[in-house]
Amino acid sequence: MDSLLLIKTLATIVRGATPLVFASIGETITERSGIINLSLDGTILLSAMVSFAVAYTTGSVILGFIAAMAVGALMAFIIAFGSIALRQDQVAIGFVLTLLGAELSSFLGNPFVRLRGPSVPHMPIPLLSEIPVIGPIFFNHNIVVYLSYVLIIGSWLYIFKTQPGLRLQGIGERPEAAFARGSHVNLMRYIYTIGGGALVGFAGATFSLSVKLGWSHRHTAGTGWIALAIVIFGGWHPLRVAFGAYLFGALKSLGSIFQRVAPGIPSQFFNGAPFALMIVVLFLVNSGWLDRLLFHLPARIRRVVHDALIGEPPAGLGRVFVKE
Amino acid sequence: MQRLSNLAFGLLPVILALGLTTIILLVVGAPPLEAYRNIVEGALESPDKLSSVVTAAVPLWLCSAGLLITFAAGLWNIGVEGQIVAGALLATWLALNLTLPALLFTPLLLIAGMVGGALWGLLAGWLKVYGGVHEIFGGVGLNFIAIVLTNYLIFGPWKPADGATMSGTEPFPPLAWLPRLGGLPVHPIAVVLALVAIVLVYFALGDTTWGLKLKAIGKNQRSAFLMGIPTQRYILLAFLLCGALAGLTGSILATGVRQRLIPGISAGFGFSALLVVLLAGFRPVWVIPIALFFAAVGVGSPRLELNMQLDSALGGTLEGLIVLFVLLAQGVRRRLREA
Repeated sequence: MDSLLLIKTLATIVRGATPLVFASIGETITERSGIINLSLDGTILLSAMVSFAVAYTTGSVILGFIAAMAVGALMAFIIAFGSIALRQDQVAIGFVLTLLGAELSSFLGNPFVRLRGPSVPHMPIPLLSEIPVIGPIFFNHNIVVYLSYVLIIGSWLYIFKTQPGLRLQGIGERPEAAFARGSHVNLMRYIYTIGGGALVGFAGATFSLSVKLGWSHRHTAGTGWIALAIVIFGGWHPLRVAFGAYLFGALKSLGSIFQRVAPGIPSQFFNGAPFALMIVVLFLVNSGWLDRLLFHLPARIRRVVHDALIGEPPAGLGRVFVKE
Repeated sequence: MQRLSNLAFGLLPVILALGLTTIILLVVGAPPLEAYRNIVEGALESPDKLSSVVTAAVPLWLCSAGLLITFAAGLWNIGVEGQIVAGALLATWLALNLTLPALLFTPLLLIAGMVGGALWGLLAGWLKVYGGVHEIFGGVGLNFIAIVLTNYLIFGPWKPADGATMSGTEPFPPLAWLPRLGGLPVHPIAVVLALVAIVLVYFALGDTTWGLKLKAIGKNQRSAFLMGIPTQRYILLAFLLCGALAGLTGSILATGVRQRLIPGISAGFGFSALLVVLLAGFRPVWVIPIALFFAAVGVGSPRLELNMQLDSALGGTLEGLIVLFVLLAQGVRRRLREA
């Protein structure tokens, strides 16, 4: 493979992984607060469909994104309300919304299948896109891709370097203690769940208006589940979650390259590869095999590698907080 | 008073779901009453349609029976969809390569389906118990892998002599077909097996120490373990049993309904069964009528495409909304009782 093709491939990976970045970081923020939004797959489908329909009808890409974020926020609100106010099972409501989002997207999206509509305009960043290698890979895209960089860095800074971010960690880890220190645990959980959901909706719009243009039935099917797995793989840490999103994005792009290089391998296997990788990755992270492998490393390196690869879920994840 | 409140909380979610579905229809500019009439007629207008409803209820009954077991153990077996496919795959392999008298062939194919589904279920269980992979992710991943495997087989080793298409493998030899009732699209063996499965699960969970122990694990795995229940073995067994029932479903769909293997053979029955069990509140008796209702909506909805140019996903939307509002209403009721 010559270097030009390599750069082009890397640029495709960066652009193609954008929806995964938005969805998995949105879910990271939600889960950090202690709520699981399992509805991602349905939410992304529905918001992708709604954003395309709105952008197609109004001619405005921006309105499309706003509508998608509203859809994501609404789905997340239902989960937050059902679990916080009504104390119902988050997983059950999330699962129902997954199916409901998919069905609604098929029903409402029917008139919009395979139409050509507006998309996010290409916008290379002056000067930065001129840098050799780095420029074409990272800065020769559209504004949505650049926003994903801002989100990665911004969410990392927010969660680990700011006061509100530390409080966010607190309500997810030990809601009782956070409450005792004056945090409004449930109000904050509403806000972070809805905010994270809006980012998931944004991911849906990124699909139909930037990465896989237009709408077709089950347009984005499977993405939400991959995003949920990436959050676990990334140990609820924005930088590692972003790394996971690019890893899965790369797998998808590599599939189409391998197909050209080795046409003997049936294409179906590449469609299944992300899901096989999802299982293998979760197995490695959770089963303790990785720990056993790391045992052969010197102690000091072992800790660094361990911290880089394995993350613990927020201790209060999925547990409803009740004021006594 | 109690009975009145029961009735109100039973009906209110259904009314809300119908109301919201009606609004959705108005939004897309379709006459709601005509849409509902099409669904009802499409499901109930002839003996043929009624038999199709029962045939569509069979997969829901079987998978729901299996899911009652895994839910009792506190497990979210979302992989039931892939377990249906795995059963269909093993049954198809035998149906395409063997010739036996029908009296032997049918039981063999049904058992093959159960074995295929059980193995696929066991894999999800193994990943959970020994790999720490939550069954939701193991299940979703294995669902996609099962679909990919099906497409590979249909477009590769099992492709028909005149070329592979989305319509699937060649039809099975008639000896492998699950017998029908006269000329109607319903399979008596499948109906009996499904109802027997629900009855067995009802008694196993309600009246045996095995069921009691399984439910103890579902309530609190750690204290069940400390009480001396071999939790890992019970969890694996729950996956195995649910997988077997799902795999039986897959064999029935392949040898009975389709008489061949097609892509998407599971047709979403596994996911629908999860909704059925949630709606039934994990009570086996309620599974029977609710599955019939879901089956009727499923059989009637394609009418919307034929007569009104609407997508048949309206039926699934209505089902999803009913389950969502039932879950929310349960929460409201609990809060009212606490207050």
